[in-house]
Amino acid sequence: MVDIIRELDIEQVAKLSEVRAIPDFQPGDTVIVNVKVKEGERTRVQAYEGVVIARNGGGINESFTVRKISYGEGVERVFPLYSPNIDSLKVVRRGKVRRAKLYYLRDRRGKSARIAERQDKNAGSRKKGAAPVAAE
Amino acid sequence: MRSGVIAQKVGMTRIFNDAGEHVPVTVLKVDNCQVVAHRTLEKNGYTAVQLGVGQAKPQNTTRALRGHFAVAKVEPKRKMAEFRVEETDLIPVGAELTVDHFVVGQFVDVTGTSIGKGFAGGMKRHNFGGLRATHGVSVSHRSIGSTGGRQDPGKTFKNKKMPGHMGHETVTTQNLKVVLTDVERGLIAVEGAVPGNKGGWIIVADAVKKKLPDAAPKPGKFRLPGAEASSEPAADVAPATEAAAEENV
Repeated sequence: MVDIIRELDIEQVAKLSEVRAIPDFQPGDTVIVNVKVKEGERTRVQAYEGVVIARNGGGINESFTVRKISYGEGVERVFPLYSPNIDSLKVVRRGKVRRAKLYYLRDRRGKSARIAERQDKNAGSRKKGAAPVAAE
Repeated sequence: MRSGVIAQKVGMTRIFNDAGEHVPVTVLKVDNCQVVAHRTLEKNGYTAVQLGVGQAKPQNTTRALRGHFAVAKVEPKRKMAEFRVEETDLIPVGAELTVDHFVVGQFVDVTGTSIGKGFAGGMKRHNFGGLRATHGVSVSHRSIGSTGGRQDPGKTFKNKKMPGHMGHETVTTQNLKVVLTDVERGLIAVEGAVPGNKGGWIIVADAVKKKLPDAAPKPGKFRLPGAEASSEPAADVAPATEAAAEENV
């Protein structure tokens, strides 16, 4: 019975990823999320750029949290990863961090809230690292 | 009134609709739901269809029930229920109801057995406030407090809300919207929560407080054993997507 739910979720994930491919990103990365905003009748796309501080859940229920400083005020937005309201998702910068949840950034400002850029010595990130080896 | 169906609760998930909203849904599975018998005005004094669902082992079915199923030429069922219908909405015995009996967007009432909570206190069972955390209260922080007067009336009134058994009772949730139906797998997804455990038996019927959409098939959507799917009992044979009706015989 549980398998039916899993099956439905996998189907939906496949359907939604077909419409919009999801790039590989981790906490610490800076991303631009283009969000569809509905204004009355028409919709437009609004960009939201910030640092990914967490990824939560799994499968169809996965979501991620993006934090940015807007006019001196910290703003966090949680997006469902497979939400059709996200027009596109782009990774701008990869960050080097040592934990999965970067909630400590909430207590920091300015210089101490910086994240070092990740230098990929082993050709790409975790997932990408495996692929070229297998290809060659 | 149309017949409903018997389903089993599978669990909950979410569905993203075309508008980009996410809809929390409960998935219900209808497994081989067939008409087992009729109740008629002449014989029983009321009109209803008796449905059976699931597969029961013949060796675990009583002889009396085996005979009952044999009359209808259906395999033994795990769960049975009756649905009161109009005389014109009777569905032939042996017909298997499919989930497109319900149209997407219509409202249904679902009946299930709620999750048993055992012997529960007043705070959980009746939302009592309990006693204070401090100010001299000892041991009895979750107690129910006073249960009545003094010498007058000299008794505790009947139906006073008190601790006792909670849950495991028949609960009906009205007006849940049908979000999705999957005929091949026999799945219905309704918006929101449905009472009971996963795997519990659920009775799904048209909402009594909402108008049935005109698109809903009358007397129901079903396939007859050894025939194609049809919405009318006699004629009007539509080409079936799959001729899986044979398996019921």
